[in-house]
Amino acid sequence: MENKNKAQSRRKFITNGVRASLLLSLGALSVSALKKVSGEGYVWQIDPFKCTQCGRCATECVLNPSAVKCIHAFDLCGYCDLCGGYLKPDANAQSTAAENQLCPTAAIERKFIEEPYFEYHIDEDLCIGCGKCVAGCTSFGNGSMHLQIMHHICVNCNECAIARVCPSDAISRVKASEAYNVKGDFTNHSEA
Amino acid sequence: MKDQLNQNSYEPRARSRKQRRIYGFKLKPVIFTFVFILFTLAFNLLSFNLSAQQQRFPKPEFETGYEQPSPLTPEPRALAMEYFDVLVLLLVLAAATYFALKSRSRQGILWLSVFTLVYFGFYRNGCICSIGAIQNVTLTFFDSGYAISLTALLFFILPLLFTLFFGRTFCAGACPLGAIQDLVVIKPISLPKWLNKTLGLIPYIYLALAVLFAATGTDFIICRYDPFVGIFRMDAKFHMIILGIAFLLMGMFVARPYCRFLCPYGVLLSWMSRFSKWHLTITPSKCIQCKLCTHSCPFDAIDFPTNEKEVVKSGLGPKRFITYALVVPLWIALGVFVGAKSHTFLSKANQDVYLAELLISKPELKNDPDNIDVQTFLAAGKSMEQLVADANLIRKKFYTGSMIAGGFLGLVIGMTLLNTVVFRKRQDYEPHKGNCYSCARCVDYCPVEK
Repeated sequence: MENKNKAQSRRKFITNGVRASLLLSLGALSVSALKKVSGEGYVWQIDPFKCTQCGRCATECVLNPSAVKCIHAFDLCGYCDLCGGYLKPDANAQSTAAENQLCPTAAIERKFIEEPYFEYHIDEDLCIGCGKCVAGCTSFGNGSMHLQIMHHICVNCNECAIARVCPSDAISRVKASEAYNVKGDFTNHSEA
Repeated sequence: MKDQLNQNSYEPRARSRKQRRIYGFKLKPVIFTFVFILFTLAFNLLSFNLSAQQQRFPKPEFETGYEQPSPLTPEPRALAMEYFDVLVLLLVLAAATYFALKSRSRQGILWLSVFTLVYFGFYRNGCICSIGAIQNVTLTFFDSGYAISLTALLFFILPLLFTLFFGRTFCAGACPLGAIQDLVVIKPISLPKWLNKTLGLIPYIYLALAVLFAATGTDFIICRYDPFVGIFRMDAKFHMIILGIAFLLMGMFVARPYCRFLCPYGVLLSWMSRFSKWHLTITPSKCIQCKLCTHSCPFDAIDFPTNEKEVVKSGLGPKRFITYALVVPLWIALGVFVGAKSHTFLSKANQDVYLAELLISKPELKNDPDNIDVQTFLAAGKSMEQLVADANLIRKKFYTGSMIAGGFLGLVIGMTLLNTVVFRKRQDYEPHKGNCYSCARCVDYCPVEK
């Protein structure tokens, strides 16, 4: 009986010791991680200046349609009649007929402002984030259209499925307080 | 960063185009170079002073009083909500512990797991979760540029702490992946012990790979191959949905297949739980050996009383123990060897290594306009040498990493074998502290009153 008690107390001693050391190592782990911890939340965002409009944002997002949408920085837009983001470069005729539109889902709405200027507005519900208009606008126009991850749609995956395959490494974690890289804002902020 | 982005915004593209055009003419290169330098200087001066002039088509001045709209940028989920999630996790953990240890109520655990499934699963879309947080913590230690969010760290630490004192109550009621599987258990079958042990090694492999891939900054495989997150989101790639449904179908008969045979966080929890101070017990006071609980556990986590005679007869004893213990270093050596051999293969998962290998083995791909990765690499102007150097650096990390991972797996296999010959005296029916999820099913079967 005494022997058994001894064995039990020995086992208890070992268990307690291991538990204490596990607790210590957990503590050490969290302390060393706490040194680098950031009180801020992080979200994923596209750097529009790195983006090469490869089209993977439309296909690789875990959501369907993608949480990546085209955003229009009106501040940079030239309000052109002949918009490189709106019309196909090889259009049959210079009309706004559906077959001449670059957007595969006709998500870009064109609104007449005054001669000869037009406002282009993107219907977020239709946009699939393919970036075709962005490519058109960047190569022929001011580059006011660009892709951004919309945070009311994005589920903020631990690792963004698009970031993993982005060929230009344009997607990275940004602070949640500065969740967007809107092109016009870049210039505004740094000038201020 | 921002200033740099701002400066680089429009000029480089325009400039490089000019550059190319000018170099296109081979006539009088010196003059052209001179002109080019002048032009660049002028361009820079202009662009620094008048940023509006960068635009190809300047913004018009409207006469009709048109007001320019601003692009909508909806805010992400508030940070306070993230901390609220941590609070919910804490409360759920406390409740699960209370139900498992204090009130000993299977009903309570059941309803708690329904809540977890709804809140952490369907409402929070299974993200953030403690299982995936392993990778965030790993990345913190290996990537100097990465700052872990407090939420992720707490999601990693809190369940481990609770488990160290109360057993795996996290698995019972606070994990959405566990909850969804626990709720579909219909007719669980008992697996043979050797199969349980063998399949039980997979989580160690998964953990080692997850840490390896996270540490090299390659991938978060736990999140990517999470079978249930697609169900929580009601949206995923087809094969992931199929995988999730397959796991649930399998889970009707082989209870909690992901938890038992895949979950990498379960490995850590199991280590903690083995040394937990207070763990769920089947009976509230003294076991009366009624054997009613023997078939209550769907996870084969109840250890039966040992039959000493059988042990003696089977020849399990010190001799075998010593042999197995001596073999452990051999297992480790084998693991390191396998790890070293497989590091080239594993490193292919990294995008840089993959691209470098692709371009070396198939240089003709440089002319393939459809290969986005190759074309983007070529357009970015990064030199081939730089890419190969980067890839080599990553491969070196993989070399060390996979040797460590292999050694770890060798140790695990050796220790598992060693454990099979360790004889522990047991007189009662007890939950296996490492494997028990504290789901309290067995508690319901015990007729002993307090």
